This record gives sequence, C-alpha cells and structure tokens, in this order.
Amino acid sequence: MQVLLRLAVVLAAIGAAPALAAEADGHSLSQACTSCHGVDGRSAGAIPALAGRPKDELVSLMLAFREEGSQATIMNRVVRGYSDDELTALADYFSSVSSK
Amino acid sequence: MTKLSRRTFVAGAGAALAAPFALPHLASAAGNPKVVVIGGGFGGTSLARYLRRNNPDVAVTLIERDQTFTTCPFSNGVIGGLWQMEQITFGYDGVKAAGVEVVHDTASAIDADKKTVTLKGGDVLSYDYLVVSPGIQFVWDSIEGYSPEAAEIMPHAWQAGPQTALLRKQIEAMDDGGLVIIGVPKTPFRCPPGPFERASLIANYLHQNKPKSKVMILDSNESFAKQPLFEEAWQKLYPGMVEWVPGSQSGVVMGVDTAAMTVSTNFDDFNPAVANIIPAQRAGQIAIDAGLDEGKGFCPIDPVTFQSTVHPDIYVLGDATIAGAMPKSGFSANNQAKVCGAAILAAIAGKQVAPSKLINVCYSFATPEYAFEIVDVFEVKDGSLALGFDDNRTTPLNASDDVHKREAEYAHSWYENITAEMFG
Repeated sequence: MQVLLRLAVVLAAIGAAPALAAEADGHSLSQACTSCHGVDGRSAGAIPALAGRPKDELVSLMLAFREEGSQATIMNRVVRGYSDDELTALADYFSSVSSK
Repeated sequence: MTKLSRRTFVAGAGAALAAPFALPHLASAAGNPKVVVIGGGFGGTSLARYLRRNNPDVAVTLIERDQTFTTCPFSNGVIGGLWQMEQITFGYDGVKAAGVEVVHDTASAIDADKKTVTLKGGDVLSYDYLVVSPGIQFVWDSIEGYSPEAAEIMPHAWQAGPQTALLRKQIEAMDDGGLVIIGVPKTPFRCPPGPFERASLIANYLHQNKPKSKVMILDSNESFAKQPLFEEAWQKLYPGMVEWVPGSQSGVVMGVDTAAMTVSTNFDDFNPAVANIIPAQRAGQIAIDAGLDEGKGFCPIDPVTFQSTVHPDIYVLGDATIAGAMPKSGFSANNQAKVCGAAILAAIAGKQVAPSKLINVCYSFATPEYAFEIVDVFEVKDGSLALGFDDNRTTPLNASDDVHKREAEYAHSWYENITAEMFG
C-alpha cells in the first residue's frame, strides 16, 4: 500500500505539466529532508521522525522554528530556505506517510 | 525510444521475456527501461535505491569495483579512535535485496552513441540512461615525490578504507612529542571541512594520550569551512595543540621525501612523525575518459536534472560534478541522487521535471561529545545551484556544551539514517 501511495504521488508529480505557478511538491521536496530524518521520515535515532505526524503539528513546529529566539539546534536555520507553501506541502506529505 | 506510460512498461516486460533473443536496443525499448549506474558510493547507491523505491519497473544495474564501501564521513572518527572501521563499512546485500543488480567490476569505457558501458572484466552493458558517480581520483603529480607508493608511508586517507586504517596505526604508534602534519590541497576538493575535523580528532586523541605532541595543518588556501567554530573548539578543548598555516605563509605543500620523512612547503621543510598528505583531486577516470569534464577536471551538469552538459543521456553525480555552490560531500551526492532520480523517472515518462531544492549538512566532531555543523539549502538560480540563504549557516559561536552534545547526537542519527537509505 505504501509503495502504491508513494508511486501515486510520484506519478501525480511527474504527470503535472510545468506551470508558471507550480504548486509545491511535497514528495519531491521531502527527498532533501530524508537524508537526516530517514527514508519517508522514519528516523532511527535522535533526529525526530516525521512520518505519520499530524499535518497541523508539523506546520506549527516548522513555523515556530522561524520565530526569533527559537531554541532549535539546526531546524531554525533550515526553515529559512523554504516558503510557507513549501513547508505546508512537506507537512502534508509526511503526515500522509505511514509511521510503520 | 518513444514516450512510454507506466502501463506500457508493464506490458513490455512480458514482451521482453517472450523474445529473449531480440536485439539489445529493441529489447530495451520493448521492455523495462534500463539504468546503469557507475560507482557504488553516496551518489550511485542513493540513486539506485531511489529509482527502485519510486518505480520498481526500472531495471537498475550498479557497477562497483569493491565488495564493501567504507564511508569517508565518520572516517576521521576511526583515525581519532572514537569508533572502528567495521562501523563505517557496508556491504551491498541490502542494495541487492532492493532489486538492484550489483556488478562488482570496473567500468573501463563508455560509448555514448551506442549507449554501452564496457567493463574491465570484458562484459558490455547497454543502457537507456547512464549515471556516472565515480567520486574523485588524485592528481599525484600535484606534489613532487608523492605517488600511490608514497601514500603507503605518508597516507592521504582521503578515500576511506586501508588508508584510514594506516593513518590510525601511525597516530597510535608515534611517540609523545611528535609532529603530525596534515597537508590540504587547493579547493575544490572532497569534503572541505574534513581536514580540520581530522586535525581536531587527532588532537583529541593526542591531548589524552601524547600531550606533548602537535598537529600542524599546512593549508594551500587562505581560509576554511567553519573556521571560527574549529578555532573556538581548538582553543577550548586542546589549547595550543593545533596550528593552522595558510598558503600565503608556509601552507602550500610542494614536495615530499618519504625516505627522509620530509615535507617541503613554499617556505620551509618539516620533519613530522606522521604526514597525512592530501593531494589535489579531479573526477574519477571514467568521467575524464568519457570527456564529461570538458578538460576542467570536474564535470559540468544541468542543475535541475544532473544531466551532463556534454552528453544529455548521461547523468553525473557527487564529487565528480561542478555543482554550483554545493560542496563535494556524501550528503550533497545523496541529495543530488534523489533529484537526478526524479529527473530520470520523469524522462522515462516523457515528462520534464520541475526544479526542486537540495540540502547539504556537514557535521564535524571535535570530541565524541562536541560537534557542530553547517547547513545549506540550495535552489536553482540563473542556471546554477545557489545558496538559499547566506547568513547564519552554522552552529553559532559560544554555543553551550549541551548544544554541542546534541549536535553530536544528531550527527550519529544522520549517519545512521543516510547509510540506511543507501545500504539498509
């Protein structure tokens, strides 16, 4: 099921015609995250897992990293590279992945 | 090859089985698209796994010389005695289990017109898409007297494996009060902060075991990655033990004499107990032989797809590329592999891929419980991979011990996750 879901996301992504205002593609963007957070966001160690967490929780966490005085080690710097739309697409994608 | 839908591939697979003696390119057109990958390091292995995870109809063959892969990331920890070689060495069983055909051989020639790769063992593989991820080779004559034989006495340890073990052995065997020299080539080279992490972890070992010893970095350049963080750590953790000499002073290693154990720079001769000489680098030989570097030493690529600008049917990844602001690192290669994989799957489907964003994080250890990092997000701007932001890229100076400890924990977690993505 998981494979089918991922495949559907990929096929939907590569099937989409490039448009001027292309929507942020959560699966595509997520590939940069998984190098640290694990395949599909299933992290093994100290780095938090992302898979299957509620979208709203992930969005509010990432927006909180932007706030001045944020105590994060690294994510407060990483989030500056992404727009609100991109962060939302990422949260949407990781929330759709099974945590198992 | 016409544009095929996924349904066509599935039907084509049966057709290929029914007609096993068809001409190779016809079988390929009628059957599953075939991707050949040269090099089973961070770039090639990540690419192979990405393709199999996202489209199991793609046939992937990975050509890798060695039976196991020892990662350069975390190899400075072996040299500093923090952990063992076995913990940074991986086999290809997980890659094979994911449906990748792993061929342990060396690619000796690419025919871009016939779309074939010839192996040293004599086999000729045909491909629809070729990915070249050969890593670096050394420019031995960049330092007078240096050679593969000289590296058995003055190791580079810049391709992890036996060289890593040799340098560790030399550090363990040296007497207290000895000098360790690390010679750093001009940029660009693999893992820009690597020599300085290495100096840190050697100093960490010497500080505890041979406190009268010294580490001297002879650097051909005038500054280095994460310099303020390294200098802060050296001052705090092992004051006076590490000396950095920039190129304009006496930092350019010009020659070595392994019999006399002499290292000569633009101004001085040194007689170290241990000499770790890192020579200049260029793309792996197969990329040079195929003309993918256009004589530049490293290979220009399309920043959206990682297609070679020389041969659009060939993709190039990792340290072998000229990738704009992206440094040569395992992390970069892994990220590039996934962007390239998406581009190949799009090409198979007859589509174009939209530009994505890439990340590089580089953790450096100064002790087992003290680490820091630099993180960058890259996006395509004006035809090149550019920094998404150019301030506050690193762990801040004056961070607490607790922050450095957490960075060390995250470094371990990163290593576990990225190696699982490739080899798990």
